[in-house]
Amino acid sequence: MKPQPPIENLSPPVSDEIKTTTCYMCACRCGIKVHLKDGRIRYIEGNRAHPVNKGVLCGKGSAGIMNHYSPARLSKPLLRVGERGAGEFKEIEWEEAMSLATQWLGDIRKTDPRKLAFFTGRDQSQALTGWWAQQFGTPNYAAHGGFCSVNMASAGLYSIGGSFWEFGEPDWDRARYFLMFGVAEDHDSNPIKAGLAKLKANGAKYVAINPVKTAYSAIADEWIGLRPGTDGAFILAIIHELLKAQKIDLDFLVRYTNAPWLTIHAPGSADHGLFARDEEGKPLAFDQMSKSIVSAMRADIAPALTGEFTLADGRKARPVLRLLVERYLDPSHAPEEAAKVTGISAETIRRIAAEIAHAAFEQQIEIPVAWTDWAGRRHESFIGRPVAIHAMRGISAHSNGFQTCRALHVLQMLIGAVDTPGAFRYKSPYPRPAPMPIRPGGKVGEVQPGKPLPRPPLGFPIGPEDLLVEADGASRRIDNAYSWHAPMANHGLMHMVIRNAWAGEPYEIDTLFMYMANMAWNSSMNSAGTAEMLAAKKPDGSYRIPHIIYSDAFFSETVAYADLVLPDTTYLERWDCISLLDRPIGSAHGPGDAIRQPVVKPDRDVRPFQDVVIDLGARLGLPGLTTPEGKPLYPGGYADYIVNHQRAPGIGSLAGWRGKDGSAQGTGEPNPDQLKRYVENGCFWKYELPHEAEFYKHSNKAYLDHAVQMGFMARPDQIVLQLYVEPLQKFRLAAEGHGPIQPPEELRARVRDHFDPLPIWYPPFEQQRLDQDEFPFYAITQRPAAMYHSWGSQNAWLRQIHGANRLHINRATAQRMGLADEDWVNVTSHHGRITCQVKLMEGVNDRTVWTWNAIGKRAGAWNLEPDAPEARLGFLLNHLIAETLPEQDGRRDLNSDPITGQAAWYDLRVRIEKAHAPAGQTLPQLATLKSPPAMKPPAQVLRYGKGIAEPYWKDDAK
Amino acid sequence: MHPAFSVIFFTVASGAGYGLLFVLALLIGFGLLAPAFWTGFIGFGVSFALITAGLLSSFLHLGRPERAWRAFSQWRSSWLSREGVLAIITYLPAGLLALLFTFFEPSRGILIVLSALSALCAVATVIATGMIYRSLQPIRAWCNGWVVPAYLVLGLASGLLLGNLLVFAAGAQATILVQIASVVALLAAALVKFRYWRFIDTMPAFSTAESATGLGHIGKVRLFEAPHTQENFLNKEMGYRIARKHAAKLRRIALVGGWLVPAGFVLLSLVLPSVLGLFAAILAVALGLAGTLVERWLFFAEAKHAVTLYYGGDKV
Amino acid sequence: MTTLPPLSQKKLGLVIDLDTCVGCHACAVNCKEWNTAGTSGPLTDIDPYGADAAGVWFNRIHSFEAGEGEASRTVHFPKSCLHCETPACVTVCPTGASYKRAEDGIVLINPETCIGCKLCSWACPYGAREYDYDGGTMKKCTLCIDRIYNENLEEVDRVPACVATCPASARHFGDLGDPESKVSKLVAERGGYDLMPEMGYRPVNKYLPPRQRQNTSGCTGAGASLPAPEPAADGVLGWLDRILSR
Ligand SMILES: Nc1nc2c(c(=O)[nH]1)N[C@H]1C(S)=C(S)[C@@H](COP(=O)(O)OP(=O)(O)OC[C@H]3O[C@@H](n4cnc5c(=O)[nH]c(N)nc54)[C@H](O)[C@@H]3O)O[C@H]1N2
Ligand SMILES: Nc1nc2c(c(=O)[nH]1)N[C@H]1C(S)=C(S)[C@@H](COP(=O)(O)OP(=O)(O)OC[C@H]3O[C@@H](n4cnc5c(=O)[nH]c(N)nc54)[C@H](O)[C@@H]3O)O[C@H]1N2
Ligand code: SF4
Ligand code: SF4
Ligand code: SF4
Ligand code: SF4
Ligand code: SF4
Ligand SMILES: [Mo]
Repeated sequence: MKPQPPIENLSPPVSDEIKTTTCYMCACRCGIKVHLKDGRIRYIEGNRAHPVNKGVLCGKGSAGIMNHYSPARLSKPLLRVGERGAGEFKEIEWEEAMSLATQWLGDIRKTDPRKLAFFTGRDQSQALTGWWAQQFGTPNYAAHGGFCSVNMASAGLYSIGGSFWEFGEPDWDRARYFLMFGVAEDHDSNPIKAGLAKLKANGAKYVAINPVKTAYSAIADEWIGLRPGTDGAFILAIIHELLKAQKIDLDFLVRYTNAPWLTIHAPGSADHGLFARDEEGKPLAFDQMSKSIVSAMRADIAPALTGEFTLADGRKARPVLRLLVERYLDPSHAPEEAAKVTGISAETIRRIAAEIAHAAFEQQIEIPVAWTDWAGRRHESFIGRPVAIHAMRGISAHSNGFQTCRALHVLQMLIGAVDTPGAFRYKSPYPRPAPMPIRPGGKVGEVQPGKPLPRPPLGFPIGPEDLLVEADGASRRIDNAYSWHAPMANHGLMHMVIRNAWAGEPYEIDTLFMYMANMAWNSSMNSAGTAEMLAAKKPDGSYRIPHIIYSDAFFSETVAYADLVLPDTTYLERWDCISLLDRPIGSAHGPGDAIRQPVVKPDRDVRPFQDVVIDLGARLGLPGLTTPEGKPLYPGGYADYIVNHQRAPGIGSLAGWRGKDGSAQGTGEPNPDQLKRYVENGCFWKYELPHEAEFYKHSNKAYLDHAVQMGFMARPDQIVLQLYVEPLQKFRLAAEGHGPIQPPEELRARVRDHFDPLPIWYPPFEQQRLDQDEFPFYAITQRPAAMYHSWGSQNAWLRQIHGANRLHINRATAQRMGLADEDWVNVTSHHGRITCQVKLMEGVNDRTVWTWNAIGKRAGAWNLEPDAPEARLGFLLNHLIAETLPEQDGRRDLNSDPITGQAAWYDLRVRIEKAHAPAGQTLPQLATLKSPPAMKPPAQVLRYGKGIAEPYWKDDAK
Repeated sequence: MHPAFSVIFFTVASGAGYGLLFVLALLIGFGLLAPAFWTGFIGFGVSFALITAGLLSSFLHLGRPERAWRAFSQWRSSWLSREGVLAIITYLPAGLLALLFTFFEPSRGILIVLSALSALCAVATVIATGMIYRSLQPIRAWCNGWVVPAYLVLGLASGLLLGNLLVFAAGAQATILVQIASVVALLAAALVKFRYWRFIDTMPAFSTAESATGLGHIGKVRLFEAPHTQENFLNKEMGYRIARKHAAKLRRIALVGGWLVPAGFVLLSLVLPSVLGLFAAILAVALGLAGTLVERWLFFAEAKHAVTLYYGGDKV
Repeated sequence: MTTLPPLSQKKLGLVIDLDTCVGCHACAVNCKEWNTAGTSGPLTDIDPYGADAAGVWFNRIHSFEAGEGEASRTVHFPKSCLHCETPACVTVCPTGASYKRAEDGIVLINPETCIGCKLCSWACPYGAREYDYDGGTMKKCTLCIDRIYNENLEEVDRVPACVATCPASARHFGDLGDPESKVSKLVAERGGYDLMPEMGYRPVNKYLPPRQRQNTSGCTGAGASLPAPEPAADGVLGWLDRILSR
C-alpha cells in the first residue's frame, strides 16, 4: 500500500469580512484588522497602513480574541447585596443602575460636589472623563498618571514642552547612539521594538541603563546595571564630564534654551533665583553687542552665558548657564562620586560621556532641508546631534524621579539633542509651551453646589498661588494633589484616594466612582490594606466610604468591593476615541488620532462606559451634556459626542475630516460623516508634516504655525526649552518663608530641599529612612511583554506564558545566601511581608531583586479556578509597598515624589530570608473571591477556532 | 521520557508473548514438545493473549485508536509500522502452528516449517520493537547498541520463564533444557541490562544546552525562562525526571528481584518436588515479569530527551 | 508519505535573529491565533483557566542566559519546527500522516490520518511537535502553508503569521535553498547556524547569533574619556564667553 501525499488546499478562504479598529490590549493604540468568519473572530492582525504599528502586532494584541471571549466578562449591572468584598451581588436592570447612580451623584452635586471622587485608570477617554468631572464640579478627578509616570510627564512638560513617555520618540532612523533608561516595555510597545531593530540595522550603539538585563536591555550593545534610584547621579556625572571637556552645544543653548536668561542673585530675598523680567514679564538677558540688558526673547542679540550683571533696580543677576556650569563642574558630581552611589565604575561613566560627545559632535548629521525659525530666519539645513535618549518608569517611579528626568532633559539640551535629527523627537501635538498655560481648577470658591469648575481639575501650577490648598495649607483635593505634599501633581495621586477617603483626610467623601483601574489589587500600594479600607466601616456600622461605583468589563478583584458595578463592553464592541485632547497617535512625523468601532455586537447586557457617563451627565443635567430644555444633548451616546461635541469652537474629539464636507483638518465644524470617514480610512487619521516642519519644532516657524492652525497652541511663539525651571524655585522660596502661601511647617523641608530649579540627585526616601543593612535589597518590578497588568490573566493564551512569577535574584548573591532555584523565601519590607519562590539569574544588579508585575491574582478573581497558579504561586510586591514612608518625627510623609506626587514604587527596600517551613503557596493569601451571579464556570477544554477553518486536506488517502 | 503505562505494559506483555511463542516454536520444531491439546491450548493461548493484550494496550496509547489500521502502511521507513506489520504477519504462521499443534496431528515437516517461520517472525517483531527505540536519535539512552539485545533477551527470558512453567506443568521431556535456558537467559538479561546501565551512566554528552542553542561560544548556557510557567506537552511527555537515588534502587530491584532471584527459583524448581517446584516456577514467572515491568519503567523514566535541553537540562 | 522525498531545490524556512529578538512572544501568540482557526486548528487548550493550563503551541519563546556575571548575555530564543531536511519525525511515522513536501520541503502532518501515536514527537530533538490531547492527533508548525500560497490573501500577506507580526523584524522567511535569496544572504553574512547539528537532521531554519557587545573603549570611535582642556586659573568660565547670536 503506498498512499499518495494528501491533496492540499493551498488557498483556503480566510474570512468573510475584515473590519479595522484600534487594539486595546494595551495603551499602545496599534491599528488592527479583525477578520470575521460567520460572525466569529477568525483572526486579528496588525494593520499595515497604520502609523503606529505598521502591520505588526504584539503578543497581547494577538491574544485579543481570548480577552474578547473571556469567561470573566461581566454581563449585567450588579448591585451589592452582601458585605463589601464578599462578592454577594444581584443582577439589576440598567435603568435601576442608572437611576441609583443619578440619585447618589445628584445628591452630592446639589450639596458638595467634592464628595464625588471620580478616578479613572488605564482608559483612553480622559478627554471625556476630565471634562465630565469639570462639568460636575468636582476637583477630585484624575486618571492613573499619578501612580504611573507623572514624573516623566511633568519633568518633560516643564522642561522641553514634551516628554518621553507618550510625548516623544527617538529618531530611530538616524540615531547613532541610543541610551535607554529604565524601560522594560513601555506604552510604545511595538514602535520601540521596531525602532531597536532599526538601530541595529544601522549599526548604531544602544546602551541600556537598567538594573535588569531582560527584554529590551537584553539586546543592548552595552548594559549598565546600576542600582535602582541612582540614575540621577549617573547622568549628572556625565554632564560633569561634558562640561569639563567643554563638549556642549552653545549655539543650541543660546538659541533654543533659557541658558542666557538672567536669574536674580539675591540670596535670602523673596525673588532670589527667579528670572529677571521686564515690565511685560519677559525674561531678560545681557546682550553682548549692545552691552545692555534686554528681553531674552529678542532674536537679534548675542546674549552672555556667564558673568554677573546689574539690573536696572540694582539687583545682581546671573545667566542660567553660569549657574548650571558652576553647579555641575563641582567635584561632587565627578564620576568617582557617582561610582560610589551607582555601583558603575568611574571609568565606564567617563567612557559613556566620551561616546555621547563623540556621537553628538563628531557624527553630526546635516539634513539639507531649508527651514525658517520662529524669528523668521532661514536655515539651509537641519543640524542633528544623533544621540537619542528614551526613559520611562525605571527613572520616574522613584521619589527622586522628577529630578532625574529633569537631569536627562538637561543633558539633552546641553548637547543640542532635542527634536534635532538623530535625537529625541516630539510626537505631535507636542511640543507645547513649557508648561502649558492651564492651571488646576478647584481653588477656594471654585467648587460650588450645582456648578461646574471654571477650569479642568488638572493643570500645571507655576507657583504657590496655583495650589489647591486651604488657608491653613491643607489639601483641597482628596488625593493631596496640588497640595504641599505634591505641588506639581499634574496627574493627581490616584494611589492616595482610597487611603485618604478611608481616613476622611482631608475630608470625608460620599461616592468613589472608578473606571478601569484595579485599585483593590495591583494598582494600589498596600493591596491587602487597600481592600480592607474599601470594606471598612465606621463605629455606627456604615461604610467609611459610603458609596463605591465601579465600571469594569471583567471580574477583577475590585468588582467585589463595589456597591454598584457598571459592566462595560470589550474593546471590540464599542466606539472609542483616541483623541488629540488626550494622548493620541501622533508621531514625530505629524499629528494623528484614531477611533475604535464596534466590530462585533455585545452578546450580554453591557454598555460602553462612555455612553454611560454621557447618559449619567444628561440625567444629572450637567452643562454641556444637556440642551437648554434639559434634554440629553447627545442622545446617540458616545458616537454622537465624538462627532458633535466641541471643546472650543472648531475643536472636537477628532481632528480628521472636520467641517461640514470633511475637508478640514485640525479645526473645523463638526462633520456628521466623520466616523464614517475614519472607518473608511482604517479608523485613524494621520497628518504628515512637511519636511521643513519636521525638526526643531520648538522653534520652527512652519511647525509652530501648523500647531496654531491645528488648534494645539494659541500663538506661534517659540517654545524656549527650560534648562532652569523657575516654578520650582517659586515653591522653594515659599518653603524658605517667602510669600503669602507657604507650606505647613511639617512639609517645609520636603519642599525646600527638593524643589531645585536645576536637577539634583538625592537617595530615594525609603532608603534614606531605613537601615541599609536591615533592608539590603532594592526590589522592583518589570512589565512582561506578553501580559498587561492584571487584565491579561483571564486570557487563556497569555496566562500560559505568565501564569506565576518568581523573585529573580542575582546568582552569586543568592549562592552566598545559600539560596537555590525555587527556594521559598520571606521577603520583608518596613511595611509587610510576603512569601514566594526565588529564581537565580546572572543579568541583574547584585543588590536588586525583581519580579514580573501584576502576575499574582487573588484566588477566585477573573473567573480562574481558585487553585490557579496566579493565586497560589503568583505574588505581588504591592503588599510590601506602603502609601506612606516609615515614620519620622512623628509624621508619615507620602511615599511619592515630593514634586509631582508620583508613586515611588521602585524605592522599595527589602530583606530576604529563606522560609523554613514553606506553605507551598505564596503568602499572603486573601480570602477566595466568589464570582458574580450568573457567571458561568470556565471551560475545561478550549477549542477556539474549531469549525471556523475550511478543510485543508481534501483527500485523506482512504 | 514519561513512562506511559500503556506502552510499558505493551512492550513487556508482547515481549513475553513473542518470547513464549519463540520458545514454543523451538520446542515444537525440535520435536521437544509433543502435540497435545492442553499444552498447545495453554501455551499458545497465553502467548497470543499476551501479544494481543499488548497490541490492544498499545492502541490505548493512540490518540485515534480507530485509525490504528493506518499504521501498517509505512513499513518502508517506520519501525513502528514494521512492528505492526510483523506483529500481524506473525499471527499467520503462529496461528496455523497453534491450530495444527493443538487440534490436529500435522506432519513433522509442516511443524518444522511453521515453527521456524513463527520463531523468525517473533524475533523479527521484537527486533522491530527494539528498533523503534534504537532509532530515536534525540534519546541517547535508547539510541544505542544495547537496546535491541535487551529487548530480545528480556523477551526471551520472559518467554522462557513462561515456557518453563508450561513444560514443568506438562511434565514434558524438555524441562531441564528449558530450565537451564531460562537461567542462562535471566543471567544474560541481567548482564545486558547491567552493561546497558553502565553505558548510559558513562556515555559522553551527545548534545548540550550549548549545542542546542548554539550559544556556547558566549559561555555556559542556562535557562532563564521557559516558554510557559506551567508544564506543556513537551514537559509532560518528555520532561520526566527521576532522582538518581530512586533510579538506583529500582535498578537493584529489577536486577535482583526480577532476574537473579527468579533464576534461583528456576534452579529450585529443578530440585524441588513437583508441587513446590511448580510453585517456584510460578514465582519465577511473576517476579520475572514484574522485574521486566520495573526495567521497562526505568527504560522510559531514565531516558532523557534532547528537548529537555531547551527546558533547563544541561546535557543529554 | 513518510519516506522522505528527494531533497527539494526549494527549502522554505525561517531565519531567526537572536540579536534583535526581545522575547516578546508576539510570534508565538500570533501563530496560535492564526493556526487555531486555520488548517491545523484548533490548537486546543486543556484546563485553560485552571491550575494546569496546557495548550498546543507551534512556536515557543525560551530565554537563556549565556556566560556569567556582568558579561553574561540574556538571549531570547524562539523555536518552532525547523523543517529539517532529513527529519526522523517523518520517517518514524507509521501512517504517512507526517510528511515532507517534495515541492518546498515543508514538513506537515495530515490531521485526517494521524493516529496520535506520538512517536514523531519523540523523534524530534527540537520539541517542535505538539500533541493535541483533545483531538488525539499530533500538530505542528505548518510554515503557515495556508498563508504563503493563499490566493485569498494579498501578496504581501503571503508570509508566515509569526514573521508578519514580529515587531522587531527578528524573523525572516524565504527559500534557503536559493543562495541568492535574502534569507540565504543573511545567513551567510551573519554566520547563521544550525541547532544541534550533531543530530544530523539538517534543519532548514537558521539562527543568527547575537552580535559582539560594544562596551569597550574605542568601540564607537570615541576615546576612553574626554580630554579636559586646562581650566582657567581664576576659575572664570572663559569658554562660555563667546559672542553667539541667538
Ligand atoms: N508593584 C507595582 N505596582 C504597580 C506598577 C508597578 O510597576 N509595580 N505599575 C503601576 C502602573 S504604572 C499602572 S498604570 C497600574 C495599572 O494597574 P491598573 O490600572 O489596575 O490596570 P489593569 O490591571 O490593567 O486594569 C485595570 C482594570 O481595567 C479593567 N478593564 C479592562 N478592559 C476594560 C474595559 O474595556 N472597560 C472597563 N471598564 N474596564 C476594563 C480590567 O478588568 C482591570 O480591572 O499599576 C500600577 N501598579
Ligand atoms: N506588555 C506590557 N506593556 C505595558 C504595560 C504592561 O503591563 N504590559 N503597562 C503599560 C504601562 S501602564 C506603563 S506605565 C508602561 C511602563 O513602561 P516601563 O517603564 O517600560 O515599565 P516598567 O516595567 O515599570 O519598567 C521599568 C524598568 O525600569 C527598570 N528600573 C527599575 N528601577 C530603575 C532605576 O532606578 N533605574 C533604571 N535605569 N532602571 C530601573 C526595571 O528593571 C524595568 O526594566 O508600560 C506600558 N506597557
Ligand atoms: S502594543 Fe500590542 S496590545 Fe498594545 S495596542 Fe499594540 S498590538 Fe495592542
Ligand atoms: S515576535 Fe520577534 S521579537 Fe518577539 S519573540 Fe518573536 S521573534 Fe522575538
Ligand atoms: S524540527 Fe522536529 S518536527 Fe520539525 S522537521 Fe525537524 S525533526 Fe521534524
Ligand atoms: S503521531 Fe501522527 S504524525 Fe506522529 S508519528 Fe504518529 S501517526 Fe505519525
Ligand atoms: S510559520 Fe506559521 S505555523 Fe510556523 S511558527 Fe510561524 S506562524 Fe506558527
Ligand atoms: Mo502605567
